[in-house]
Formats: sequence, C-alpha cells, structure tokens
Amino acid sequence: MALSVDDVAQLARLARIELTPDECAALAPELEVILDSVAQVSGVAGEDVAPTSHPVPITNVFRTDEVRPSLSLEAALAGAPAVEQDRFRVPQILGEDA
Amino acid sequence: MDQLLTTNAAQLGAAIGAGTTSSEEVTRAHLDRVEAVDDTVNAFLHVAGDEAIAQARAVDAKIAAGEKLGPLAGVPLALKDILTWTKAPTTCASRILEGWIPPYDSGVTERLLAADIVILGKTNLDEFAMGSSTENSAYGPTRNPWATDRIPGGSGGGSAAALVAFEAPLSIGTDTGGSIRQPASVTGTVGIKPTYGGVSRYGLVSLASSLDQAGPCARSVLDAALLHEVIAGHDHRDSTSIDQAVPAVVDAARNGDVSGMKIGVVRELGGEGYNPGVQQRFDEAVALLTRLGAEVVEVSCPNFDHALAAYYLIQPSETSSNLAKFDAMRFGLRIGDDGTHSAEKVMAMTRGAGFGREVKRRIILGTYALSSGYYDAYYGTAQKIRTLITADFTAAFEQCDVLVSPTTPTTAFRIGERVNDPVAMYKADLCTIPSSMAGNAAASFPIGLAPEDGLPVGLQVMAPPMADDRLYRVGAAVEAALAEQWGGPLWQQITPLTTEGAQA
Repeated sequence: MALSVDDVAQLARLARIELTPDECAALAPELEVILDSVAQVSGVAGEDVAPTSHPVPITNVFRTDEVRPSLSLEAALAGAPAVEQDRFRVPQILGEDA
Repeated sequence: MDQLLTTNAAQLGAAIGAGTTSSEEVTRAHLDRVEAVDDTVNAFLHVAGDEAIAQARAVDAKIAAGEKLGPLAGVPLALKDILTWTKAPTTCASRILEGWIPPYDSGVTERLLAADIVILGKTNLDEFAMGSSTENSAYGPTRNPWATDRIPGGSGGGSAAALVAFEAPLSIGTDTGGSIRQPASVTGTVGIKPTYGGVSRYGLVSLASSLDQAGPCARSVLDAALLHEVIAGHDHRDSTSIDQAVPAVVDAARNGDVSGMKIGVVRELGGEGYNPGVQQRFDEAVALLTRLGAEVVEVSCPNFDHALAAYYLIQPSETSSNLAKFDAMRFGLRIGDDGTHSAEKVMAMTRGAGFGREVKRRIILGTYALSSGYYDAYYGTAQKIRTLITADFTAAFEQCDVLVSPTTPTTAFRIGERVNDPVAMYKADLCTIPSSMAGNAAASFPIGLAPEDGLPVGLQVMAPPMADDRLYRVGAAVEAALAEQWGGPLWQQITPLTTEGAQA
C-alpha cells in the first residue's frame, strides 16, 4: 500500500485540514503502516455477507409535529467565534483563494 | 487519608441520606483531595468547585426538608469531558473546543442531576476520545495512580484515574472501542460498557456514532450498578436509544451468584502476545469462577481476529464525517479570520491548528477509506466483518450466558512508550473491540496485580445485548471471592500518592 506525501496533502485538502509539508511527510509513512495492517480485511468476507452499519436493528422514529421549546437565540450564539446582527458571522465564502 | 475518600458510593449515599454526614462534607473532602493530588495525576481538565458545593448544599437542604432521595444523592462524581454540562467547558481535550461552554446538558448529565449526584468537574481524555493512553489530550497526559510513570489507559484515563486517586468515588466514561474497559483494567477499577443504545448519546460529542456508548465507572461493582441504573434508559432525543426496561443491574450486583452459569473462554483472546502476568491472573479468575459453581467451556470466535483491522476502518470513517462539524463557523476555535481569507481557508487553518496529531491521522485515514474507488474495499468490507463478528457472538451466546477474556493484553505501559507507534497503541483495544462492533454489553473487573510488575489486571466479561445484568452477577461474584482472599478490595494495595504542600 503506497501512500505518497502528495496523496496525504490531497486527502488533507479534502478533509479541510491545513498541514505543513513536515506534517504530510511524517503522516505518509504512519498512514501506510496503518493501512497495511488494516488491509488484511480484504478477502475475509465473501460476496454473500451483508454489511452491518449499525449494531442494533434501527427503525425510523417519528414524533408528532408540534412546537417544542428550543435553544434561545442568545444560547445558540453564545459559543460562536463571531456574531453579527443576531447571526453567525462567517468569513467571505468567495475568497480569492477559494 | 480522610476515610470519606475511600468509602464506597453506596455507603456514602446511605450516610448522607441518614444524616450521619452531609453531601457538603463529602464533596469538600473530594475537592480538597483533587487540589492535593491532581497536579500529579491530571485527571481533571476542569474542577467546578463552587458549583459542586452549591449542588451539595441543595441536596443537603432537600434531605433536611425530609425529601426521599435516591441511593446516590449527594455523592460526588467526575464527568468525562466529552459529555456536555452547561456549568463547565466541554473541550473533548481538544484545542478546537478550548473554553467552549455548551448551551445544553447531555442526557446523561440530566439524569445525574435528577438523581441528585454532585458533579465535581470534567475529566481528561484522549482528544475526542481517540486513543488508549490519554496521552493524546491537548492538555497533557493523565498519570496512573498505581505508578505515575504509567498510562491510565484511554480514552477515559481521567475518569479511571480519578477513582484510584480517591478524587471521586464515581465517574462516567464513554466507550467506542474500549475506552471505559481498558482504563478500568489498567487502573484496577470497575468499568461497564452498557449495551449500545442502553444509555443516551444525546449531548455525547460523537466520535463514531455506531459505536459510542457512555457507561458507569467505580471502585466497586455495586457502585457501578447503582450508577448504571441512574444513567440508563430510553431518551427520545437519541434515535438509537433502546425503548425497553433497563436490565436489573442492581439486583444482579447484590446477588453475585454464578452457580450454574455457563461461561465461555474465547480462544482467540489470549495466549501469544499477552503478558504472562495478565494471562496468569486471567487463568486464575477462570478457575475461581469454576470453584464458585460456574460451568466453564472454551468457545471459538474466529472472526474476532479481524476485529481490530475492521475497527480501524470503521472508526476513522465515522470520525472523519462526525468531526466535519468543527468548521470554525458556529462554535469553538477560529483561526485566520482577518478579512483576507475565505471561509474555506479559515476552516482549514482552524482545523490544522486545532486538531492534534492522532485526530488528524484518523480523519485523513477515514477520508481515504471513504473515498470513491476505496469505499467497497475498505469501509464496505469492514462492515461485512462486523456482520461476521456479530454472528460469532450469536453462536457463542447460544452455548454460554457470558464470555470472558483478559480486558487488554498488557498492564499499563509507560508514558511515551507507544506514542510513535500507532499500530502498537491500537492493539491495546484488541479484546474490547469485538463487543463494540457487535454492540453487546461488556465490562472490566479487577482480578489482581501482575506478578512481574505489580500492576492491575482486568477480567473482561461480555454479555448478549440487553443482558447487562449478567455482567454484574459475574463481577460481584469475582469481587466478593477476591476480597475475601486479599482481605479487602484491590485498591487497598495501592501505594498512596504523595500530597505535598496541601491538606490531605
């Protein structure tokens, strides 16, 4: 299982994690060792085995459609990094480097 | 050391209820203890002293007014810092949530407060519960009170260490691949992972949603059962919560009779790769169960050999998705918001600065495992192995009431020993992962010290889904027999921590 430093950098971009070149270089061999050790799963289960996404059987849970108390505006915004006009203020979404 | 610190929660609750001591006195004794030893242990990320005293006084007032309260009313508890509580920050031991005060209480927190349990503070963990040593905390490692150069297990190292540092008689842990059971094993305490869905996940910051489960931690089996009864039960805010009666765990803990029980020793979990002292204490525990009247048989669960590999695909995959919510927009850290960077850039800068090394490792691993072209080979195959593991359990439980194994292959390893070897670190969860994958109930109980290093060894007991009570029957039987043999519980053999420059 070969995972290059460039592969790690691309995965980090997809995961929206800024990594330094040093971090990418350190992560590549670590991830490779982990991937090698988990690769043993391939071939263990045949075509006929159904996948399990969840340990207990799940059924859809419904509730009546009625108004319930929820977080106040103040509580919802209390932990925000930036607030403006009772809303979450976010950085520009169409930046030059986007 | 103050005798209140070494008294079990059940007895403390009874004494507080009878008025022979007060919740405030008990709470103060534990807060003083935290102050005296936590510079060394680092079990707590946040101590809510004023809030705890206020809670304790409120309980004392209710008792004075003649209210009939629950068996743990007024007893202090340490809460793992991955469950929300509005009176303290919830950090998940990550820089990305440093100082974040959640706007609501978790389902577990609500039940603790409704049972008049006093919350002392929040305990340390591996960042976002990813790890087996509590070394991945952004706020420094927790030390094992048995030997302070050793790890206390993880991710719930803080919750386990607090019990044997006598900083709290009760704590709450969360278990995704063994984070309650492995710390219990290496600290000589009791840790229970209830059946998946048995305890609400509402307000438990998700690591891997299909695996995460909160549970009770204590120094005694009965204390764990009393706490289990408080926190378990259906919660409509968690769609995976089981809408059934809570198993009769307290009755089972008081009963502790294993005569006639069929106990299966899992062939795949033992032997090569296990420390001699771990294997020896485990074999002795099995012999003890036989003497107590259980019928012990060997069972084979061949797919358990693939559990670790499958887990380290499923867990990072779910994590990479769950941790996407830490995007610097609605809560937590934000880096680089200076008007020149886009939201996307700010997001990446924040996550780069806010997440630690192991969290980054697993998010990237999960991103890879879920990417198109690899999904079927990795995540899809791992999910099939999950099916095979569950089938192994189902077959084994047709022959046996419970299964047993060592909880983890070794005793507590040294701090720093495995930080640069992720695969060695992951092997600490070798025995605990199968029950996480299948969702059945499992626990770790102390069964002695390994002769070679004098460190605690745990017995893992696994029971079918919603048969959590069986764990307590076995745990109580072993606990009573060993206490008789040792002249008291295992924790009496610990070397007391030094308490320099503070009141003891």
